[in-house]
Parts: sequence; C-alpha cells; structure tokens
Amino acid sequence: MSTIPKGPRPKHLTVGRIGLYCFIIMCALFFLMPLYVMIITSLKDMDEIRAANILNLPKELSFYAWPKAWSQACTGFVCEGLKPGFVNSVKITVPSVIVSVALSALNGYALAFWRFRGAYFFFGLCMFGAFIPYQVMVYPLLKIEDFLGIYSSLPGIILVHTIFGMPILTLIFRNFYASLPIDLFKAARIDGGNFIKIFFYVIIPMSTPITIVAVILQVTGIWNDFLLGLVFAGRDNQPMTVQLNNIVQVDYGVAEYNVDMSATILTSLVPLFVYFISGRWFVRGIAAGAIKG
Amino acid sequence: MPFYRNIAAKIALLPMIVISLTVFVGCIIYSFVYSLTNSKLVPVMNYVGFDQYERLFKQRKWDVAVENIFIYGFVFTIGCLIIGFLLAVLIDQKIRGESLFRTIFLYPYAMSFVVTGLVWKWVLNPTFGIENSMHMWGMTWFELDWLVNRDLAIYAVCIAAVWQGAGFVMVLMLAGLRGIDEDIWKSLSIEGVAKWKSYIFVILPMLRPMVVTAIVLIAAGVVKVYDLILALTSGGPGYATTTPAMYVMENFFSRANLGQAFAASIIMFISVVCILAPWAFYEFYLRNKYANN
Repeated sequence: MSTIPKGPRPKHLTVGRIGLYCFIIMCALFFLMPLYVMIITSLKDMDEIRAANILNLPKELSFYAWPKAWSQACTGFVCEGLKPGFVNSVKITVPSVIVSVALSALNGYALAFWRFRGAYFFFGLCMFGAFIPYQVMVYPLLKIEDFLGIYSSLPGIILVHTIFGMPILTLIFRNFYASLPIDLFKAARIDGGNFIKIFFYVIIPMSTPITIVAVILQVTGIWNDFLLGLVFAGRDNQPMTVQLNNIVQVDYGVAEYNVDMSATILTSLVPLFVYFISGRWFVRGIAAGAIKG
Repeated sequence: MPFYRNIAAKIALLPMIVISLTVFVGCIIYSFVYSLTNSKLVPVMNYVGFDQYERLFKQRKWDVAVENIFIYGFVFTIGCLIIGFLLAVLIDQKIRGESLFRTIFLYPYAMSFVVTGLVWKWVLNPTFGIENSMHMWGMTWFELDWLVNRDLAIYAVCIAAVWQGAGFVMVLMLAGLRGIDEDIWKSLSIEGVAKWKSYIFVILPMLRPMVVTAIVLIAAGVVKVYDLILALTSGGPGYATTTPAMYVMENFFSRANLGQAFAASIIMFISVVCILAPWAFYEFYLRNKYANN
C-alpha cells in the first residue's frame, strides 16, 4: 500500500520563490550578524582585533578573554569579573520569579472566580501601572523602601520586581482562569470547597501551561533588567547587566574588546538558553502579554 | 453586602490593592507634589509653583531630549512595524525551515537592552567596526561613523532598537496572518488579485487590532528607553542622544536636582497618558458599548 502524502502539494521552485529565499536569507544574516561578531570577537586576541576585519573568522583561536571576563575583568576598583554579578542575578531572579508568579496567580484566581465589588477597579489601576514610566516611580519607591528599611538590599530589589511584574502577570493569569469552564468551579463549590481549597486542589493542578509562560516572561525580564537593579539592589547585590555595563564602559586603561564581547555573551546566556529551550512557549508568552482584555 | 462576605478573596487581593494605591497612584502624586518645590538633594516642601516646569522647558538639553525621543519613537515604531510585517509575510509563504527563521528573527528580543547596546556599539565602532570591514573590501567611500556623529547617533540607536524589536512585531503579525480565513485567500486568487496587493489592501486592514496593539506596546516602551542608549552612546556625543528618561535619572542621582527630575518625570507620565488614553478609551469603552448593542 502506498502512503498518501499529507499537507499541501509542494510548489515548484519558480524565480519568485528563489528571490523570496534569497531575501529571507539576507534578512536572517542581518539578524545573525551581531551574534556572529560577538562570538568571533570573543575568540580573537587583541592584536588580531586591531589588525583584521571585524567580520573575519579568527586565524588563531584565543580563549584568553573568556576566563578573564568571568573572573578577572575590572568594574571600577574591584577586579572580580562577572562572576559576582552572575551570582547576584541568580539571587535576585529566583526569589523574584517565585514570589511574583505565586502572588499574581492568586490575584488572577481571585479576580476570575471571586469577584467582589471594586475588585476590577483596582485591577484596572494595577494594569495602568504597567504603562507608567519607571522614572516617575523610582524616587518615591526608593523613599518607601527606605522607610521600610529594605532599600539597597536583596529583599528590596525582590519587592520591586514583584511590584513591576504584577500587572502583566495578573492579567495573563486572570485571562487564563477566565477561560476555564466555570462549571468546574461551581462543582467544586457544591462539594464544599472554599477559597483556599479550590485554589490548591482544583486551580493549581490546571495551571501548568500558564505558569510556564509566566515563568519564562519573568526570568528573561528580570535577568535583563538594568535600571531597577542599578537603583534598588545596592552595591553588594548588583545584577549581571549592571556589572557588564561597568566592565565595558571603563574610562581608563586599554579597552579589551574580546573581553567585553565575552562578558556580553556570558550575560545573555541565561535568557538565550531560556529562549532556545522554550521555543513556542516564549512566543506564547509574548502573545499572552500583548493581547489585552 | 457585609464586608466579611468573600473575605478570603479580599485578603488575597490586598497586596495588589495596596501596591496599586501606594506605588502606582501614590508615587505619581508624590512626584507631582514635589515637582512644585525647589528640592535639591533631599525632598523639601518649599512651594515654588510651576517654576521647575518653566525652567525645564528652557533647558537646551531637555529640548534635545524631546527631539530625540520623537525621532527615536517615529523611526523605531515605523521600522519595527514595516520590518516586522514584512518578515511575517515572508514566513507566511509556506517556506522551508520556517521555525528556524522565526527563531533567528526573534532571538534579539530575548536579550537585554544593555547587551544589544554594547554589541551594536562594537559593530558600529568607527575604527574597528563595519566601516573598517568595508574599507578592507575596497569600498573606501563607505562611511558609517554614526556613533561619533552628533546628527546621526540617534539613528544608530534606532537601528539597534529595531534589530531587537522587529521580531516581536513579527510574532504578533504572524499570529494575525495565521488567523486569516483560508476562504479569503481563495476568493482573492479567484479574483486574480496580485499577492502583494492583497497583503497590503486586504489583509493588512484585517490585522488592524494587531497593528494597534503593536503600536501601543512599542510606543509605551519608547518613552522608557534608557538602558539601550546608556550602553550604546551613554547619551553622547556630548548630549546628542540624551532622552527624557536619561534627563530624569541624571537629575535624580548625579545632579541632586530633585525638583527638576520630578517635573521632567511628570511630563513623561503625561505624554504616556496622551498616547494611551485614546487607545484605552477605544479598547475598553467604545468596544464594550458596541459589543453590548
């Protein structure tokens, strides 16, 4: 028995199709170029960087820059490389993601199933917060944290990320829960479930897909944050992005472009890893965050 | 309705309510009140009316910042929309390796603004960057000194930003294109309408909600732009690429001129509201009104 091919009939390769492929490949090359330059620059030594074309492959592989970027490059007076920044970023990202996702899931649940009068007014207010420029809130928030005694500390920056992650996460959790069949909730109510029981036994087990989306959104968002880390984390907890910027923008000494580029790659490894692993989930996160209502 | 009914949901939403009121609303009020004072290093209640705003509008630097944000906003938004839509259309042509191309076009979006800025700073480096490559290939007439050119530096920022953001628009548009009914395509091809014509005159108008969402999200991000410029040009050469966000941060944290910073941040906030208000009005009021009729 011969197999019947599925899907649309393959088109013949016409001139138009060839042109289409040429164009899309050129676009792809443009998008890949910075990544390519970043990688090959990090593998050259400084003499070759000064002498040769930025787009040429390295004549001789030099792995000098990578360990230096990781543990010896200088930020101001300290020469410990990016490693402390990496550790700080992990220390900031992990608790921030857990707290903000958990809190927003609870918010979304309460908004979707347990509406009370005024709840949506505050939800609207919270959504409005997503669009306020950080610059308006930075200083007063700093004063609030100062008052609470957590400014310039790990709890301080975690609180800030929780606050600024809340609008969009609450929105996507609410939308997800609102799309679940309401009868499920009603049945659980008839069976005597209360607010907490239904959340833990009915809702959380069904929340895996949306939680993955939320976690991806938050991990990349918080890892890539610069401004909030700069202002709220304090000198001892500066995230990787801040340290990267400090390493590259040195005012003195000779600029080592290979070290700079290694540091840049190291900083973007986590979000790129999340991106390549998660694939479609990442795209879903964008769509979920983008479509309002 | 007694207060304690549905008390669990009220308690669960308490953090959101408190944050919305104190951070989102409270901070705006705080900033506005102190923008009417002559606070320098610390906020003091010394009322001076709208002096800070008057001074702000007289600053040459603020003029440059506003001009830059308009150029950046215009070029970045239009660039992202055109390139994003074009890429979505290309990918929609049932090409081979679709997911590979999609991955390539979207990966910059996973990277942080700081990384994007630093990479493009290296690629556009006037001595070692692309300009040098072109010279080495014999194209000595080629000039790409944008980063050190006062008039063109802001366009270098735009290129980096479009490189990072175009994939995001592509994802939104592609989601829209995939939602177009197959029958519409059939009838268009029966009518004998050229493909590019059908995309521009038939399909694009059908994607209006996607386009509007994309524009609003991009525009709201435009006002916030800070890390990208800090990494790419540090606001230079001189203050040629400074933006309102940078102006605010500078006055807060390095110039100890709080009153000016508050005033500038309030202006930023008002401009965001001006962008969002018509959209929000349409999205949440008009649409509901027509949906109910």
